[in-house]
Amino acid sequence: MELVATTRRTMGRLFAAVGAVVLAFGVLGLATPAHADIVNPEMPFKVSGNVQNNGEPVAGVTITVTGGGGFTATVPSGEDGKFVVGVPEKNADYTVTLDETTLPDGIAVVDNPNTPDFVEGNVQTASVGPGGRVAMNFFIGQGERHTVAWIDQVVQRLISGVNFGLMLALASVGLSLIYGTTGISNFAHAEMVTFGAVATFGLVHVFGDAALPLAIGLAIALSAGLGWALDAGLWRPLRKRNTGLVQLMIVSIGLSLAIRYLYQFFIGGGTEQLPGADSEKIQLFGEVSLSIVDMVSMGLSILLIVAFAWWLTYTKVGKATRAISDNPSLASASGIDVDGVIRIVWIVGSLLAGFSGILWAYFRPGIRWDMGGQILLLIFAATTLGGLGTAYGALIGSLVVGILVEGSSLFIPSDLKYVGALVVLIGILLFRPQGILGRKERVG
Amino acid sequence: MDVLGILSSTASFILDPTTMAYALAGLGLAVHFGFAGLLNMGMAGFMALGAYGYAIGILTFGLPWYLAAFVGIGASIVFALILGIPTLRLRGDYLAIVTIAAAEIIRLFLLTSAFVDVTGSADGLSGFNGPGGTVTNPIAGAGGFNDSNPIPDGEYGFPPFLDDERTWYLRIVGGIILAVGVYFVWRLVNSPWGRVIKGIREDEEAVRSLGKNVFAYKMQALIIGGVFGALGGLMLAFSTNVNSGVYVTSLTFFLWTALLLGGAATVFGPLVGSAIFWVLQAFLGLLFPALAKAGLLPFDSIQAAQIRFILIGVALVLLVVFRPQGIFGNKKELTFVK
Repeated sequence: MELVATTRRTMGRLFAAVGAVVLAFGVLGLATPAHADIVNPEMPFKVSGNVQNNGEPVAGVTITVTGGGGFTATVPSGEDGKFVVGVPEKNADYTVTLDETTLPDGIAVVDNPNTPDFVEGNVQTASVGPGGRVAMNFFIGQGERHTVAWIDQVVQRLISGVNFGLMLALASVGLSLIYGTTGISNFAHAEMVTFGAVATFGLVHVFGDAALPLAIGLAIALSAGLGWALDAGLWRPLRKRNTGLVQLMIVSIGLSLAIRYLYQFFIGGGTEQLPGADSEKIQLFGEVSLSIVDMVSMGLSILLIVAFAWWLTYTKVGKATRAISDNPSLASASGIDVDGVIRIVWIVGSLLAGFSGILWAYFRPGIRWDMGGQILLLIFAATTLGGLGTAYGALIGSLVVGILVEGSSLFIPSDLKYVGALVVLIGILLFRPQGILGRKERVG
Repeated sequence: MDVLGILSSTASFILDPTTMAYALAGLGLAVHFGFAGLLNMGMAGFMALGAYGYAIGILTFGLPWYLAAFVGIGASIVFALILGIPTLRLRGDYLAIVTIAAAEIIRLFLLTSAFVDVTGSADGLSGFNGPGGTVTNPIAGAGGFNDSNPIPDGEYGFPPFLDDERTWYLRIVGGIILAVGVYFVWRLVNSPWGRVIKGIREDEEAVRSLGKNVFAYKMQALIIGGVFGALGGLMLAFSTNVNSGVYVTSLTFFLWTALLLGGAATVFGPLVGSAIFWVLQAFLGLLFPALAKAGLLPFDSIQAAQIRFILIGVALVLLVVFRPQGIFGNKKELTFVK
């Protein structure tokens, strides 16, 4: 039913657009270039944009820009999916219409994932501001346009938030443990997150798409190895030198920069996908749907977190870790091998971070050299919210931050959704710096 | 391989507006961290406010450029107050996380499409310096920064500093701001006020027990350093378009590298550090691709150009571990209080 309605609306607009184009041809005598991606280059202001299907450019789609004073221009998207239209005025609104009949079969304009509300598909309003330029991107995907009931949106965001939160939790419990045992605010944790995804990508490249589970397993093992190597090669020698905490923090920043650009050196500045990133969505109820990858990812996160909690609560090393978090000198005096435990903490923290990186690669979706850096402050927010140095607190903090970030995009523009979490981070540090589960005396 | 060309392009970076912007913001960081011991990891936010305040002052409020410059500076003072009142009592590394988060909030607000009419969203803003420069969009009309240039059109100087009147005007304006700034900071840190903030850096409780209002001193240091950050952003805005993609966390980290290179607790450290940082950046950014092209390095020139960024990180680690006082710093003047 919806499809029919949509098509009808589209057809109506199409006629209007075609009419306008015909008018433009008649009045202005403009000839539309056949395969150019820029028209009216002589005009001072620009409406530009991108037509993309899942990140792939879509060429040859007809875009019509109309504005005040009878201005109309039609441009086909170029080979790179881009179009640029020169417009005569700034501080004016232009209507940008994408002719859906020129799209390849079976795909339609879908909601822009980067805007808060479901933006009406193929007709959009572009405001050319004082800067004289505006970008207007069209996102193309399978399916047709429809509106989603409020409650379904809420449930969808909630599930998405829990998924995101569990992924954050894997990264933040590691950060929290490291902070608790060594006192380092480890900015390079972001790169440990990226490492899991990049390693998986590299291994899939070597073994082929079918060997994805093997690649993920190996990548997690490599992540653990990275934790060991970082401790053995850098952090332990610095501990021996008695380096100050602020210095250690800046060292971790330098390390973060070095590793981050090393990734860029190897995988370039673009976004890469892991196999299965576009897996099918399964409708649960109403409009709420989850992809298989989402479900597997949530299941594995929960499994790993439970295993981690068991390790921390019941094993000897786990107990020793908590003892060191509480009081390193006392732990050392009671005969705990502090250095050995810290080594294990780095390995476990890095392993969890690497796994969360793989999940993050599916959640975003895509692998980028700075993908870990994008959520570093959220990880800090989650860790601080739960109480720096407390592993279970980090878990709770992560879920809160995850749901907050995803849920807030129901109310605020989604390109501002991280702001909420950052405000929480600042607020927590101001009013309850020990966090939800932390104890007051730990804060200096 | 064009060795002379590389050396000449590299040398021109000594007087580049970007180098001056780094030096100004670095001077601010020196006041924050080097002298007052405040771990400000949000300098990019101060710079963004300076640059965007200036651009928005011109484009949205229609102010003349010299008044718009004060919008940016004013915004940075307000930001310092908002940031400082609640956070200055936090411990060092907490302050670092709060400032980094605050700078990110500013960047996200500049980036969001919700305020595209004012901030230009992802496209940033352009055309605010008026005609006659590299920015050709004539929105600001006559009377912009470029039109205040008294230097007649033409090429001046000698290679590698042979440039047109606009570049020289930028260099002169930047040089004047920088000279005044350095003198101001030098007088400041050698005044009684400077001795108090250095005392706060070494031992806050001791200064407090002498009856000094530690919070007020820290706040003054935060504002003064923040204004220098805004001036750095302003310098960037004088020379080119503003775009939120510039004012990212990495910018803050690069500033820290430049500062620690020269010496955090010195007045000339930020200047020399920025110059070395940018000269090395420019040199390596040209050298590695040239080597790759000549077949001396086993990867393509795009990859080769990335190596310098990896080296920044490595340099930062090595500096902090082995020479935390920087090139000019005095080891006795501890820059990292434990």
